[in-house]
Amino acid sequence: MSLISLDAVVGGYGGVPILNGVDIAIAASDIGVIVGPNGAGKSTTLKAVFGLVKVTAGAIRFEGRDIANARPDALVPMGLGYVPQEKNVFPSLTVQENLEMGAFIRADAYGDTLASVFEMFPPLKEKRRQKAGELSGGQRQMVAMGRALMGKPKLLMLDEPSAGLSPKYVLEIFERIVAINRGGVGILMVEQNARQALAIASRGFVLAGGRNLFTGTGRELLADPEVARSFLGGGPAA
Amino acid sequence: MSEFVFFINNVIVSGLVAGSIYALGAVGVTLIFGILRFAHFAHGDMMTLGAFITLVLSWVLAGMGVSSGLPLAYFVVPLAVAITIVAALGLDRLFYAPLRAKGAKPVTLLIASIGVTMMLQGLIRLLFGTGTYSLFDTVPKVIHRIPVEGSTRDITFTQPQAIGVIVTIIAVVALHLFLKRSRNGKAMRAVADNPDLAQVSGINIRKIVRLTWIIGAGLACLAGTFLALDVTVKPDLAFNILLPIFAAAIVGGVGQVYGAIVAGYLIGFAEVLAVFNWGVLLRPFRDSLPEWVPAQLAIVPTEYKVTVAFVILVVTLLLRPTGIFRGASST
Amino acid sequence: MIRRALLLYLGLFALIVAVGFAMGAPFTVRLLVEAAAYALIALGLNIQWGFGGLFNFGIMGFMMIGGFAAVFMAMPVSAPFWDSDGPWMLGKALLAAGAGALVILGANRLHRIGFPKPLQRTLQVIAWIAAYIFFRTQIDPAIAVIESREIGWVGGLGLPVWLGWVLGGLLAAGVAWLIGKACLGLRSDYLAIATIGIAEIIFALLKNMDWLTRGTLTVSPVPWPVPLPQQYQAWGSTIDESFIYARAGYLLLVLAILGAVFFLIQRAYGSPWGRMMRAIRDNHIAADAMGKDVRARQLQLFVLGSALMGIGGSILISFAQIYDPSSYSTVNHTFIIWVMVIVGGAGNNLGALLGAFLIYIVWILSEPVSQWLFTTISGWTEAIGWGAIPDITSRSVQMRVFVLGLVIVLALRFAPRGLIPEIGAGRRPQDQPKQESPDEAVQ
Repeated sequence: MSLISLDAVVGGYGGVPILNGVDIAIAASDIGVIVGPNGAGKSTTLKAVFGLVKVTAGAIRFEGRDIANARPDALVPMGLGYVPQEKNVFPSLTVQENLEMGAFIRADAYGDTLASVFEMFPPLKEKRRQKAGELSGGQRQMVAMGRALMGKPKLLMLDEPSAGLSPKYVLEIFERIVAINRGGVGILMVEQNARQALAIASRGFVLAGGRNLFTGTGRELLADPEVARSFLGGGPAA
Repeated sequence: MSEFVFFINNVIVSGLVAGSIYALGAVGVTLIFGILRFAHFAHGDMMTLGAFITLVLSWVLAGMGVSSGLPLAYFVVPLAVAITIVAALGLDRLFYAPLRAKGAKPVTLLIASIGVTMMLQGLIRLLFGTGTYSLFDTVPKVIHRIPVEGSTRDITFTQPQAIGVIVTIIAVVALHLFLKRSRNGKAMRAVADNPDLAQVSGINIRKIVRLTWIIGAGLACLAGTFLALDVTVKPDLAFNILLPIFAAAIVGGVGQVYGAIVAGYLIGFAEVLAVFNWGVLLRPFRDSLPEWVPAQLAIVPTEYKVTVAFVILVVTLLLRPTGIFRGASST
Repeated sequence: MIRRALLLYLGLFALIVAVGFAMGAPFTVRLLVEAAAYALIALGLNIQWGFGGLFNFGIMGFMMIGGFAAVFMAMPVSAPFWDSDGPWMLGKALLAAGAGALVILGANRLHRIGFPKPLQRTLQVIAWIAAYIFFRTQIDPAIAVIESREIGWVGGLGLPVWLGWVLGGLLAAGVAWLIGKACLGLRSDYLAIATIGIAEIIFALLKNMDWLTRGTLTVSPVPWPVPLPQQYQAWGSTIDESFIYARAGYLLLVLAILGAVFFLIQRAYGSPWGRMMRAIRDNHIAADAMGKDVRARQLQLFVLGSALMGIGGSILISFAQIYDPSSYSTVNHTFIIWVMVIVGGAGNNLGALLGAFLIYIVWILSEPVSQWLFTTISGWTEAIGWGAIPDITSRSVQMRVFVLGLVIVLALRFAPRGLIPEIGAGRRPQDQPKQESPDEAVQ
């Protein structure tokens, strides 16, 4: 059974819908990557899953339960984590406080999770008393991902985690994403760095105009000449 | 020496009292600004409401035949705080929450708070007329005197002044611990920082909004009662205090609790220093001073005290628009 | 839209006629004069808030300035003042103020001739302090002389009162220009607080400057620009008739001013200038990017609107014939205008006009209505042995403040664009939920 599935989802901010029938399904072991041109509705798809965009038709199921239009603070306890693209830290809170906010919904002790997040992102441990607003872009992205992991999600959704990062950090962040996935967390992410992202993806979705153009494994999409020409720039990767 | 004691009584004591009241009010304004993102113009009236609730409760207590050497107001403050909080939550539910649900802009909420101001003011005057009331109807106000060697005057302050300043300090420390240590306190700061992210982190924003009103209204009731104990209770309380507390909230940097406290005391002291008659300090040297130095040497006449908070506000906005502690970024 | 406006105005007319029958003609004409003056002020606010999106919570201050101007221009010349040293000393104080202003302006420009910034800052502060002390050394003795028992205050200029109305508009415009220069760059909520502060300061000044305004001693009778009831009585009218005729004359004059102002604003609103103003209001960043000088345009609106407030304030004081600075209050003179504009329809002149008349009538009538209500309830409570309600008269006055507060929050909730909304207002960002705004999150 898929961890999350979107069936012909239509939705938007009111007025003309931005999503015109998106189909996505991934399992807990998957890394799903959504790529596509600007305005294709990639970020909107994530927001629709997270209840930030109104869904007017279609179904969104998480572990078989319909979660369309649920409130975010109801989704987090169910096991969804979401890292927005911009403004994804609390700048005046310390790194540790940022992480604690990720565990806000948890009633149990979260010391172990905190330790494992620090293990995954060692720089955060050093800077845990520093304000998140004072960190570099890459470190902020770590804080943001760490914050989402603190809620022990089953599915982690990332909106362009590599945006604005230096190539060194992009590689590091992607490595961490793979590691998180190996730890049993399903990943659904939107990426501009399509080629790199599809390389680690087990499922790939190409969106355009708010609907699926191509769906397949990451490798299939990378090899597809049509996809490569239209969305990856240049011919199929070697 | 007597002149120095006069200075302590008129500047240090008065400044501490005014500063405490402003700080308590400004913290509420700044929190509401930080979490709900609008300037809550009815905050002064919330203070007045708190003071009147204390007044009524102390009447009720007196009516039940309770009497004490202390003013009954002291005993009913906790209950008055609770009632003020309930009133604030009710006002939010009735008037502000529906507008937020519709996605109204902050300016619309600001105008709504003007409506709430008018309703509260109308209601308070409807019930209590325009007269002044004292919380010291049955017992005299205890005045503490500390004799100072070499001075013909004592350092004097009243019992409610002392208690009020102490309660303010306790409230500020408690608030500090709440914001820094508790889960909800941290969540409150998180919402002020980045409401969207707080929401996707699973923080229940409605709950944080309720907490904001609870803290804001509770402190407003304390401040109003403190003011009422120091002088008298009257329906006009609100307007005289609106400008200083908003000035304190803005000067401190909106959303910045510590800034609001510091700026509250700053404005309190600036006001008393501005209207203080500096001529008094020159009195010992009267004989050696030239003729033309007048006996009255206040920076501004008492009637124009209201200008002090305003001038501080405008100067701050011109020199450092984000306030002395960097406040929430401008729209 | 036009039908809706027409129907609402017909309703207003019916209401006025009903009030006329219920309360009598002299009362109704008085009501209309005051409502028309308030309508002028509401148009001023509509220019600032409706066209420009500028907060002005200092309306009371501009009305007070207008009232003062009417007094200063029209009250008789005071011989004792002009025979004393007062004018000369005041003149010196004015010169001192001018000299101080020059020194401050000079200090502000020191960096242009190469002074380093920190030094300039220090000199600026010193300049302000020196100018203030110098001014106080001149003005304090002048005030002492004028406020002596023989003189009291400066009196007026003994000129026709309509000149005072003009002066009221000019003075208010001047003050608005100063405020606008300093504060219009502020974000909207700061502007609201700053204008409240300025109104409080104007209030404190005019109330306490006994030498200029007689302060709490009040000034009366301020003359009318049209014949007074007494004049008609001298011409042979009965007392009732004289009041109707005199007030009707005043009403015609005010309505003529209101009509002219309305016509001009309406023309300006539809002109390219008006469209630009609305563009600035709705998106000043974009307008800025298109090369429009946003600050200068907003200053125009602020000054223009405040001038109307000043004129309205003059008209009201002249009509009431008494200037009592302590009778002004933020609720009765600032917030009520806001209720008028919000309820009527911000951004629509017809709406603001309707709102002004409607709210003023509600305001005035809710006093007798609530008095009647209280008396009735008082009768019941007495009948069941709870005793009568005390102080019914003073309580009834307060009831209307509550009513207006309720009206504005209900309007914001159920008719946020007012009774007669701005045409094409659907795109106004104020009314639309911002996507993913903090407010949306805070539900």
